[in-house]
Amino acid sequence: MAYFEMSRLALKWALTKPPTSGYPFESRRALAGSRGRLVFTKDNCVYCTVCAKKCPTGALTVNRAQKKWAIDRLLCITCGYCVEACPKKSLALGTDHATPTVTKDLEFC
Amino acid sequence: MARTIIPFGPQHPVLPEPIHLDLVVEDERVIEARPSIGFIHRGLEKLVEKKDYVEFVYVAERICGICSFIHGQTYCQAVEAIMNVSVPPRALYLRTIWGELSRLHSHLLWMGLMADSVGFESLFMHSWRVRERVLNIIEATTGGRVIFGSCKIGGVRRDIDADGLKSMLIELDGIERDIRDITKVFINDNSVKKRLSGVGVLSRQDAYDLGCVGPTLRASGVAQDMRQLGYAAFKDLKVEPITRSEGDSYARCAVRCEELFQSLNLIRQAVSKIPGSEIAVKVTGNPDGEFVARTEQPRGEVVYCVKANGTKNLQRFRVRTPTFANLPALVKLLQGCDLADVPVLVLTIDPCISCTER
Repeated sequence: MAYFEMSRLALKWALTKPPTSGYPFESRRALAGSRGRLVFTKDNCVYCTVCAKKCPTGALTVNRAQKKWAIDRLLCITCGYCVEACPKKSLALGTDHATPTVTKDLEFC
Repeated sequence: MARTIIPFGPQHPVLPEPIHLDLVVEDERVIEARPSIGFIHRGLEKLVEKKDYVEFVYVAERICGICSFIHGQTYCQAVEAIMNVSVPPRALYLRTIWGELSRLHSHLLWMGLMADSVGFESLFMHSWRVRERVLNIIEATTGGRVIFGSCKIGGVRRDIDADGLKSMLIELDGIERDIRDITKVFINDNSVKKRLSGVGVLSRQDAYDLGCVGPTLRASGVAQDMRQLGYAAFKDLKVEPITRSEGDSYARCAVRCEELFQSLNLIRQAVSKIPGSEIAVKVTGNPDGEFVARTEQPRGEVVYCVKANGTKNLQRFRVRTPTFANLPALVKLLQGCDLADVPVLVLTIDPCISCTER
């Protein structure tokens, strides 16, 4: 029966629901613990620059004088190091992926 | 008979990553293989001069896209040993669980690629279908699919709560059923068996002399597994190296198939014994000293040499990756093989070229 191992398997899986989803008609559901887009909340931020100093890829820029926080989405690796470091909990990682960027400009918040 | 040199790679349908082989052939038989590497060298070892020792965990994880977690873990182990950091036991168990999940998805990826190289496309798809289930567990527990980002010096970044562990075990039961179905095909199906049996036989002595590591070494009958050193939580778990004596491509495939079940068993053992404690300790100061850490990657033993001089940047960092150790064996395997067997033999050592070139 060693010749029919795969046939049996193929038949079994042909009768089950496909594991793939119908993208782009059906968007992918992010898992609850997924590390996605970095979200900045302006209200609590004291512009201490800790996040910019800690960022391993240098994706964050903080200007204390002008009270500006900016991110280069193309550099961010969504590691969450800034989220851990932020003393005011102004940063959080969402579960969705970042939207595609069309320019290399910084995203100011 | 006239000799011809056939270039194989760096771009070839069977190669997941670029490596170049100059195959000296007589008729259809390979007489000699001359590998050349360096197509994806990224200079990651040199980056220790720019990134501080804490940030470098992220770089270490990116040495390889498949066994990323164990790279990060080994780097952390080396730095923790230099700094005399005592990692909380729960963190060690979590590292073990994630390490074994990493092994599961790496072996399933390899099985898919191997099925592809022997022309078994449906088996390739089914192997990767099961791998997707493992990746979902990894994403739910660490946040990333292949770059876990959950290991840090002094412990781990994330915990898995009791419900998470319970649902992981339930999912693993389903994964085990799927893996059992797939491995039956790899082990018993005549088409796979005939394609792999007797192809690229590496004797026990050759495997040992050439410095092979991991499943390539164990398939030739040498019982060597770095998990027996007892790093992370392996000192509390039962790890028996899985060996075969044949030393051919089929044996290397069979070893990886059995290691899937071993990894599932180790995860279950770890979950049943996981203690409750902190998941990380605060690490202060800079490392000063030198340490060599060894762990078992899915492809074999990885050696990390870390040298620090009391500053925030390491002085020297060196990695000996398993694929690099297995390349001499590949050259040996290719001598005298048929040209049609080259793709199978290249894949049989589970080459990870980005690891090798760093």
